[in-house]
Amino acid sequence: MAKVLVFIDNPGPALKKASLELLTIARSLGEPAVAFNGELHDDVAATLGAYGAQALYRPSTADLDDYLVGPKASYLAAAVQTAEATVVLTENSAEAREIAARLGIKLGAGVITDVVAVDPDGTAHKSVLAGSWTTTAKASTPVAVLTVKSNSITPDPAVTGTAPGTVTVEVPATATAASARITARNEKAASGRPDLAEARIVVAGGRGVDGNFGPVEDLADALGAAIGASRAATDAGWIGHDAQIGQTGKTVSPQLYISAGISGAIQQKAGMQTARVIVAVNKDAESPVFEIADFGIVGDLFQVLPQATAEIKKRKA
Amino acid sequence: MKIIVLVKHVPDAQFDRHLTGEGNTADRSESILSELDEYALEAALQLIEARGGEAAGNKVIALSMGPAGAVNAVKKSLQIGATEGAHLSDDALAGSDAAATSLALAAAIRHLGADTPADLIITGMASTDGETSLVPAQLAERLDLPQVTFAASLELDGGKLTARRDGDSHADTVEATLPALVSVTDQINDPRYPNFKGIMAAKKKTITTLSLADIGVDPAQVGRTGSWTAVESAEVRPARTAGTIITDEGDAGIQLVEFLAAQKLL
Repeated sequence: MAKVLVFIDNPGPALKKASLELLTIARSLGEPAVAFNGELHDDVAATLGAYGAQALYRPSTADLDDYLVGPKASYLAAAVQTAEATVVLTENSAEAREIAARLGIKLGAGVITDVVAVDPDGTAHKSVLAGSWTTTAKASTPVAVLTVKSNSITPDPAVTGTAPGTVTVEVPATATAASARITARNEKAASGRPDLAEARIVVAGGRGVDGNFGPVEDLADALGAAIGASRAATDAGWIGHDAQIGQTGKTVSPQLYISAGISGAIQQKAGMQTARVIVAVNKDAESPVFEIADFGIVGDLFQVLPQATAEIKKRKA
Repeated sequence: MKIIVLVKHVPDAQFDRHLTGEGNTADRSESILSELDEYALEAALQLIEARGGEAAGNKVIALSMGPAGAVNAVKKSLQIGATEGAHLSDDALAGSDAAATSLALAAAIRHLGADTPADLIITGMASTDGETSLVPAQLAERLDLPQVTFAASLELDGGKLTARRDGDSHADTVEATLPALVSVTDQINDPRYPNFKGIMAAKKKTITTLSLADIGVDPAQVGRTGSWTAVESAEVRPARTAGTIITDEGDAGIQLVEFLAAQKLL
């Protein structure tokens, strides 16, 4: 049976949904194992067992987080060899993709990014060209490295849980040579809202909010949604760059995407057009976003959003 | 100081883009210099200008790999201000995946640095066609250079490079010594446009055309044969169609909520 290694990097006190999805996919492909980095909390160890991890690999050194990408790829390469894995799954974040990239060169393994589904034979499904095409791709190498987008499948614990044994993987002494060092880290304040990439609902604001994200935030909170923004809004400094959705920001595929005051140019569409349902509010009836909206409102977001927020609160009360 | 900037000729996203042929590769008939590479070029130009520019012996080489048309990405880079250009072009490169692309580019970078190695290789954060962001990291791996990627700011002091890299939950300060490989985000600067003087000056600049033989790469290692992944099928996603569009007459917010309730999204 194929051995499938899931890379989980510094999850903190609880595993993210994206990690649970990777473990679920790993079980569909073969025998799952985990290459872990960071502090292992008891709850996380228990969840790894509940999701069927057969083995848990951990690095021999604790300083991988002091460097950018390279040393983590060296560790992961050593873990793949120790585990004799033929498939490696990671999340699709910028850092995980780069670790996958270097891992691919180290192992002579094909890397496929932005995967949304994997067939049992290893064929990966992805969407490309800003979500306008879907492709299937496959690695022709003995090891395949796949970076999987979050919200690809519903996480599902194993029928029979496991108590995986821990194996220490020797990180090569040369791993940190020729690496950029992380000399300072500023944690960003947590918003209390869902993670943008994983959120079921996203409410996004653009140029039309004119510096006031208040109505967008209120609607998002009434719906339990994450907040996104167009590049115009982040460039104007109205909201952090982390919130940017589009070609140079994040790509999201939520169940519901509410676009407020965003014209919907191609760069923005690139980040959201695979959402299940799109709702758009914009003053300009000619905005391209209305071409892809399931429900569009030509109107003033400062009237429409607060009215919708009040109605949702009334119905939920 | 010698900087090599990687520039890619990509299908223009303003038009419908297509995947064609046996390898399901992008149709490049309506192509432009990748917008994200303009930030890399600007970063390079600012670095050399702060050090006396070309007059002080600094240079920026724009390197592109791609079919004949890709030379236009190099020409545009020369108009914007690159010192000289290089175009790696060979029929055997067609259909290269990220691993094969990084192999060919690494060889081209070594070739261009045969006399004087480059101090910096600068790329954009992704190509706007493949969108994988794999190549910069793979180049760092192949060239054994410190990787300073997704830089939202960049400072160079002597041989020490300092960059800011923004993550979802944190922002990191990253340091490395030259030579290094850098990729930059669209947050790093405001790229300049070519002006008339630049366009005229570019006509006199040198573009070196490189083949696989020139850079010592076996054709079997690149292209679809040398790639480690293959795109097996490609389909256009059915275009989204417009749904119900209403004009607010005072109750659109209520109608919005009714729509969400009907879709079971509340």
